[in-house]
Amino acid sequence: MKKLIQSQQPINMNRVHGSLIAGSFLILLAIFVFILFGFGVEGEATFRLSRPSDPYALPNLVLPAENSIGIASLIIAFFGARLIVKTPKEYTVFFALSFFLAVAAFLVWATAGKSFSLTGMLQATVVRAVPIALAAMAGIMCERVAVINIGIEGMMLAGAFAGALFGSIFGSVLGLLIAITVGGVFGLILALLVVTFRVDQIIAGVAINILVLGLTSFFTSHLLKKNPHLNDAAVFKAIQIPILAELPIIGPMLFRHNIFVYLAILIVFSTTFYLFKTAYGLRARAVGEHPKAAETLGISVIKTRFVNVIIGGMIAGFGGAWFTLGSVGRFDEGMTGGRGFIGLAAMIFGRWHPIGALLAALVFGFADSLQQKLAILRTPIPSEFLAMSPYIVTIIVVAGIVGSARPPQAIGKAYVKES
Amino acid sequence: MKIELKEISKSFGPVAANTKINLSVSSGETLGLLGENGAGKTTLMNILTGLYKPDSGQVLIRGQQREFSNPRDAIKNGIGMVHQHFMLVPVFSVTENVILGNEPTSAVNRINLKEAREKVQNISSKYNLDVDPDELVERLPVGVQQRVEIIKILFRKAELLIFDEPTAVLTPQEVSDFFMIVNSLKNSGKAIIFITHKLHEVIQICDRINILRRGKVVGEVNPKKTSNSKLAELMVGRSVNLNTKRKKIDPGDVLLKVRNLHVISDKKEKVISDVNLKLHKKEILGIAGVQGNGQTEFIEALTGLRKISSGEIFYFDKNCTNFTPRKIHQMGIKHIPEDRQKQGLINEFSLTENIILNTYYEADFSKNISLNWNNARSEAARVMKQFDVRASSESSPANNLSGGNQQKLVIGREMSRKINLLIASQPTRGVDVGSIEYIHGQIIAARNSGIGILLNSTELEEIIALSDRIVVFFEGKIVAELPSNTDPKIIGLAMAGVIT
Repeated sequence: MKKLIQSQQPINMNRVHGSLIAGSFLILLAIFVFILFGFGVEGEATFRLSRPSDPYALPNLVLPAENSIGIASLIIAFFGARLIVKTPKEYTVFFALSFFLAVAAFLVWATAGKSFSLTGMLQATVVRAVPIALAAMAGIMCERVAVINIGIEGMMLAGAFAGALFGSIFGSVLGLLIAITVGGVFGLILALLVVTFRVDQIIAGVAINILVLGLTSFFTSHLLKKNPHLNDAAVFKAIQIPILAELPIIGPMLFRHNIFVYLAILIVFSTTFYLFKTAYGLRARAVGEHPKAAETLGISVIKTRFVNVIIGGMIAGFGGAWFTLGSVGRFDEGMTGGRGFIGLAAMIFGRWHPIGALLAALVFGFADSLQQKLAILRTPIPSEFLAMSPYIVTIIVVAGIVGSARPPQAIGKAYVKES
Repeated sequence: MKIELKEISKSFGPVAANTKINLSVSSGETLGLLGENGAGKTTLMNILTGLYKPDSGQVLIRGQQREFSNPRDAIKNGIGMVHQHFMLVPVFSVTENVILGNEPTSAVNRINLKEAREKVQNISSKYNLDVDPDELVERLPVGVQQRVEIIKILFRKAELLIFDEPTAVLTPQEVSDFFMIVNSLKNSGKAIIFITHKLHEVIQICDRINILRRGKVVGEVNPKKTSNSKLAELMVGRSVNLNTKRKKIDPGDVLLKVRNLHVISDKKEKVISDVNLKLHKKEILGIAGVQGNGQTEFIEALTGLRKISSGEIFYFDKNCTNFTPRKIHQMGIKHIPEDRQKQGLINEFSLTENIILNTYYEADFSKNISLNWNNARSEAARVMKQFDVRASSESSPANNLSGGNQQKLVIGREMSRKINLLIASQPTRGVDVGSIEYIHGQIIAARNSGIGILLNSTELEEIIALSDRIVVFFEGKIVAELPSNTDPKIIGLAMAGVIT
């Protein structure tokens, strides 16, 4: 028996074979970094880590541009050579480090001769990651029970609109609760369509997106534009966590935010606990992997899917409210800007695990905040290209890195209960 | 405990799956339920386990009437079933699969994994079901997965255990282990229902046999006072010839030669390594092996459906490695795929369309850009007549046919045109006894007429009955080449990789 089990371990031919390609790719990246950023760059890049007013102010990080970029490209080239010669098990770590260095080199190049608030960018990364992470959590809740939710974008837009409108009328707290409810209602609609009526899941999701886009546009032009006081909600204020907020770098990054950031982190950890530690979570995952098996054990596939998709919708509604109640206080047409879809990419990148999806959301949030901050530095790159960067990162990640991620096995399939 | 079914009827639309069925089983007894595919065995058991509701009739437990509106009710009443296709979540551990739906929990619904593990371990040691509670189910061999299913039922304190075709996926060694488990469960006071279409198994393991035909119980027999042929007659409704007659003939020249074949699976794993093989004219070469030991990929490689990573294939001394499926087909190599519904037929297409599926481009059926439907229809009628495909018309869709007729359609399509080599994979899987008899006859007739046949089957009996020579696949290699009169036990050991 032992022999049988061992021999079922895959013999991964790809890895042995792929090292040459992967290694050469990194060497090319090194050359690219060196030529593009290292040539003709002068002066020093100054990264501000603290504000002078901070209690424990850190000194600025000053890097000589040319040398730093040179060293970064050398290290990347070394990693590449290492992969060609011998492929270690942790070769993805080499990849991640190389990309990190390439981005760092880019930042040094952009900042050369100027000064740039690194902490500010990291803080913005966390903020920007919030809607993406929440969209990813909504996606995970649905897809873990095998329901594809393309409609997250629409659910978030509905949440954003409801947050602005009802936040203006009843105050932010009630507005937030209504936004969550609206998200839940759209979750219910999706569940009805795909679980009860077995509509194709992609079509149902797209229908929700179009419906919400149309409805919110209509009410924006016919209601909000004419009554500006209905589109003027109070934004949730940042809450500084005592002591922790004073820590250098980490303080501004994590502990000087409004409730959306704190609740989002709480949701990520609760989702993890729910899915992997509780009995309900085990049942939900079973429904996503092998619904018939769950049914034979007396678990209602239909009910499980309904509950999870509705909760997913509520999380999406909450994420949507961030755009209005957590950020600008007013609704604009299509203001979610594809964050729901990027959230789905983060979910896949994170392999349907909440923590993984959170980390992926931070990568996307980083790209988002990077383009925003770089606009201030006035680099020679056109701002339109910078604005594309979150989406470009999405494409690279989904096409290149994810590749072989394994979704829940029953995904996209309607469950027909025989009787 | 005694469980009785009284006058149970159930139909799906116009089709009556069960008609007024009566049967009973008590603690310490193994009841055999014998019937062909489609006789209504599985429907009946799905009623007993609460998956289906009967149209009429009663279920009595200890003399009291019970109604099951869902599987949970049946579980609560001590009824558990091991389904033919295991109901296990592959990415879950053994423990998670066992407790699913009845999880021991502490505060906030948190699973008490330690308690669960202990319970699993207790059951597995009490009934001698050796299983590691932490292993992922997808990493377990099928025989062990079956033990997980049994633990799952015992964990729910089942008194009646139903096994639906439990031996279909097991090696002969695993079957005898499994029979020991069944007997020890019976001796510990459990009631057991054993569903199968294999005659010798019911005789070997059951205390009583009920035979189902077309949704009705047609007889109850004592296994000690019956024989295979009597059971077969009851099962089919007419007398059947179980022993395939096969004259010994001398094989002809070499027809197919496979040299150092290596093949990679979809998951980039080596599935076939260094296979060498020769097949002669007038010879049936059987491929024995437990499902999933590379037979499928081997046949896909031979028929051009899967890329050969290294090695060569010679057909009539012509190298045809990595030829396209059409080229291979045109050379006279015909293929009966293992899954007729997924690979053999397009279910929604008519019989005519299915008949010309691989010849539509030939001059008989195709002129310029249009198809000659008259020729196609007459070809279909010819094949259907020659191969005894029973259907209302040649324009009815393939999925209206019974399994046996679908299979005969595929066989007819492949064997009715130019053929030198037949690659038949699972040619009788899930077809009725009458069709098995017919298909076996066709295969032997083809061999006698000079065709070489490569027969892949996971049913060892079929391999032994038909083959002139047997090769055994294990983990992608040929581990043994044996004459057809070899003791089945030795073939079984080779299939398990014990002897090479």
